[in-house]
Amino acid sequence: MVTSISINIISKVFSKNEKSKEFHQAIKNLKLNVSKGEFCSIIGPSGCGKSTLLNLVSGLDKDLQGDILFDNKKKLEDIRTAYMFQTPRLLPWLNVLENVEVVLSQEQKIRKRAEEILSIMGLEKFLNFYPNQLSGGMQRRVALARSYSSQPELFLLDEPFVSLDDQLANKLRNMLLKLWTSEPTTIIFVTHDLREAIYLSDRIVFLSKSPSKVLFDTKVSLDRPRCFDNEVIEEYRKKISEQTKGFWGGEI
Amino acid sequence: MTNSKKENNLKLILIKTLSLLLLFFLWELLSFFSDKSIFPSLIIILKTLLNEISEGELFFHLGMTMYRVLSSFLVAMAVGICIGILMGNNRKIDQFLDIWNILFLNIPALVLIILSYVWFGLTEIAAIIAVSLNKIPNVIVTIREGAKSIDKSLLQVAFIYKVSKLKKFFIFYLPQLYPYIIASARGGIALIWKIVLVVELLGRSNGVGFKIYEFFQFFDIKSILAYTIAFVIIMLTIEIFVFKPLDNYSRKWRN
Repeated sequence: MVTSISINIISKVFSKNEKSKEFHQAIKNLKLNVSKGEFCSIIGPSGCGKSTLLNLVSGLDKDLQGDILFDNKKKLEDIRTAYMFQTPRLLPWLNVLENVEVVLSQEQKIRKRAEEILSIMGLEKFLNFYPNQLSGGMQRRVALARSYSSQPELFLLDEPFVSLDDQLANKLRNMLLKLWTSEPTTIIFVTHDLREAIYLSDRIVFLSKSPSKVLFDTKVSLDRPRCFDNEVIEEYRKKISEQTKGFWGGEI
Repeated sequence: MTNSKKENNLKLILIKTLSLLLLFFLWELLSFFSDKSIFPSLIIILKTLLNEISEGELFFHLGMTMYRVLSSFLVAMAVGICIGILMGNNRKIDQFLDIWNILFLNIPALVLIILSYVWFGLTEIAAIIAVSLNKIPNVIVTIREGAKSIDKSLLQVAFIYKVSKLKKFFIFYLPQLYPYIIASARGGIALIWKIVLVVELLGRSNGVGFKIYEFFQFFDIKSILAYTIAFVIIMLTIEIFVFKPLDNYSRKWRN
């Protein structure tokens, strides 16, 4: 079952170094509810705590004041989560197929879930290849396949298409949308690219500089399917830019 | 394989063969101009070797030595890998055990062997303990280094997808240590067989070390060299047919 999330982080601090008692306040009073099956993008200036937020939601970082609830009651342990990081993080000693299968349950393996998703991603000819035999773009495709084949109830993405050229990034965005359309899941997508956010999401949330909180929250009221290189998106971008102007000193 | 690569390989083999032949030649020269009982000619050594083989003694002693080498190797690797991983992952354990490790690294092999015989008797177990204790600190140092340089981002992947503990260890963690394990295994087997000979010389009644001591008492240099060559050949065979393929297998994903 796809899950909804209610995030209510009262405070998240990092100690600056082990000995001193100085703290860096990363997040303060951040409230965010994402509903079932929603594609929610999060935009903020670099270093504002976007990755910190994802680490808290995913449970990689458990040290926080506040709570994060799934379907209003479930704990993280009961939720199937997927996380696509900025780098592919594939296991170099496993081939493409094994890299996907390694995160699957026995039942998913028997249903040939890995092969199915990999062929949707156009990787059926590369099942026996090792990650270092693949281009950067293909490695990300494998990472996306790995994430999606685990049938996540919650899918977190942390600038997954950063540092790819436009064409490649777009191809991957379309693959993500294709997967999301055929098997809906709740997505939290961190990016610093407003066009990308508009193209992909149902909703965009703007975070402040650290200590971060929600500054602006807007629905993207464009019909799907959308077209990335379209005037409509550019128009929309200008509109939102106008509304959010001056948030971080006009950075967008 | 391209032609130039083939050519390079041929050249390499040629150089190595020539270098080996030169060594043989120098030995023969030495043998020719000096006392043959101290510097026996290669032909005599070879004859002795064949003789020892046909009498059947050689294989028995080689076998005993191999048995000791392999058992202490396995014990040393198993213990060393476990402690190395623990120390590499836990700073407190590392700080606590580090001084022990430095101590053991610096105790001479001979002292460990003699103490082991004194404490555990002139037994097989004592011999294997003595050899293992000499090797374990080296394994620990290498494996600890590996465990400290583990890529945690891959372990985070295992966490996110709720991979079982067993799978996390064997698929996400241990492969990162393979290069370190193989490095310490390779260096290990060479060190171990040298120590095993001393252990045999001091307190066993069979094995290559024991035989060499026996020959030494009769000043039988040709037999000493025959046994040495036989054992070196075995160790080289292990290197070529066990470690090289293992090494290649563990880095097949790298090319």
